[in-house]
Amino acid sequence: MTALINLVYLISVSLFIVGLQRLSSPKTASSGNLIAALGMGLGVLIALFAPMESGDDNYLIIIGALVFGGGIGLVVAGKVLMTKMPEMVSLFNGLGGACALLISIAELLNFHDSGTIELAPYLTTLLALLIGSIAFTGSLVAYGKLSGNIKDSWKLPRANMINMVLLLTLIAASVYQLQVLDTMDLVYIIMILSLIYGITFVLNVGGADMPVIISILNALTGVSAALAGIIYDNMIMLMGGILVGSSGAILTLLMCRAMNRSLLNVLAGGFGGTSSGAVQVGDQMVKEVNIMDASIMLRYSTNVVIVPGYGMAVAQAQKICKELEDLLEEVEVNVRYAIHPVAGRMPGHMNVLLAEADVDYSKLLDLEDANKFLKDTDVTIVVGANDVVNPSALDDPGSPIYGMPILEILKGKHVIVLKRGMSSGYSGIENPLFFHEKTSMLFGDAKKSLNSLLDELKTIV
Amino acid sequence: MNLIIEILTYHLTILFALIMAIFLGFELISKVPTVLHTPLMSGANAISGVVIIGAIILVRSSGSEDYVSLALGSLAILLGTINVVGGHAVTNRMLQMFRKK
Repeated sequence: MTALINLVYLISVSLFIVGLQRLSSPKTASSGNLIAALGMGLGVLIALFAPMESGDDNYLIIIGALVFGGGIGLVVAGKVLMTKMPEMVSLFNGLGGACALLISIAELLNFHDSGTIELAPYLTTLLALLIGSIAFTGSLVAYGKLSGNIKDSWKLPRANMINMVLLLTLIAASVYQLQVLDTMDLVYIIMILSLIYGITFVLNVGGADMPVIISILNALTGVSAALAGIIYDNMIMLMGGILVGSSGAILTLLMCRAMNRSLLNVLAGGFGGTSSGAVQVGDQMVKEVNIMDASIMLRYSTNVVIVPGYGMAVAQAQKICKELEDLLEEVEVNVRYAIHPVAGRMPGHMNVLLAEADVDYSKLLDLEDANKFLKDTDVTIVVGANDVVNPSALDDPGSPIYGMPILEILKGKHVIVLKRGMSSGYSGIENPLFFHEKTSMLFGDAKKSLNSLLDELKTIV
Repeated sequence: MNLIIEILTYHLTILFALIMAIFLGFELISKVPTVLHTPLMSGANAISGVVIIGAIILVRSSGSEDYVSLALGSLAILLGTINVVGGHAVTNRMLQMFRKK
């Protein structure tokens, strides 16, 4: 029996690894996810039926919770809009953190009940509690910010100091608890402080930095799962947790690099608002373009690039972009999409939306390829992107985003910016692109503007 | 110092596995293309729900009168299962869109 269980164990871990490996190509990715899910299923089966030394099994409760939770998960996952993906992922992530938090508390209680406490497993459990709690409330705040329930303007004064004090107190309290180990009282305080830290550390991060934060929270949940794996000496949990931790860590680094900022700088939330050196553009004039001129420009182009941003997600304009692409391709205009790594609110956000609209992924250019292609581009259409096309990043050392790699759309011949109004972007930084001689503005809701463009184009192709 | 020695003796095998897993993780994930970052994240998210295995072990090893453990454990299973099932399902939905082409 034990041999069989160990065998299934090994298979389950291997399935996780193979599953993640298959995620490296769009063609095999779908099966990769199912294989990983199968690995998870096997892991759960072993946990359910492996013989236990003690305990009453309590199957009724377990099966009930599994069925109920699974049902909720399926319903929610089936309903959510693709544009709401960042919120959804944050929320699910928070639940994973909560799960780690709950079992850590229960295990710590068991330690204290049993009378004899071994330091090593106690420390691991305490860490799992700490990290799980931070991931839990952090993800909930991220969810709140992404769904708009928590306004971006709600900021803590002196947040950096508060965070630092909280973190130091947490470490000190944990070290002290490991020395005395007498009661659970301090453990509850550590839990509450961790929960508060989760809130304060995400609250001040700007909306445009969300891709970094979601990645960090993802990594934290992975680490708390891996720690829980050490507690139960369970290789599946350890492996799963570490794979998630690595994925979160790598994405965090990629996102920071894409913004040319250090992780500390992102966490300090110092982006925007305080843009002391930003160009004063109050009096400059913008040039507007009408639908007819814009469609004629597009019709007689050779290469057109669409730059999507969070605005495209908000306006749900991905499908209409695809229709525009189809119409232009019919008259032999090449259409490509230039996607900045931090466009949107989570890594790869724009890719998913465009995939939903059936855009072929070979037409999606990453930063490097896009900047090569942009040299030969006749018209670039900016759909709800702002900071990722801000030329201040290249030539204005006073700008807060100076040095961030951007999509250099001014290398092309013309730029059309679809925008609601003249407000500055999410980060609050002025964008000289709007006043550039190559740029024409098309004001209004992105989806409506694209629709009228499409109607107009249909009359001339 | 004693703590470090204790950790090393207590968890040696799993620490080996931990180190291997970290390298493997970095190796596997760095191959994932930008296009797939969102599904990667939500898939990884679902996988981080493996903590439900711990929650299941917790509930099974508790006595049927140990209400605190049972309450904490079953809530953990419930939340974790939403994460696992919902995460894999939503990842599947996304990846279906990528597979069409």
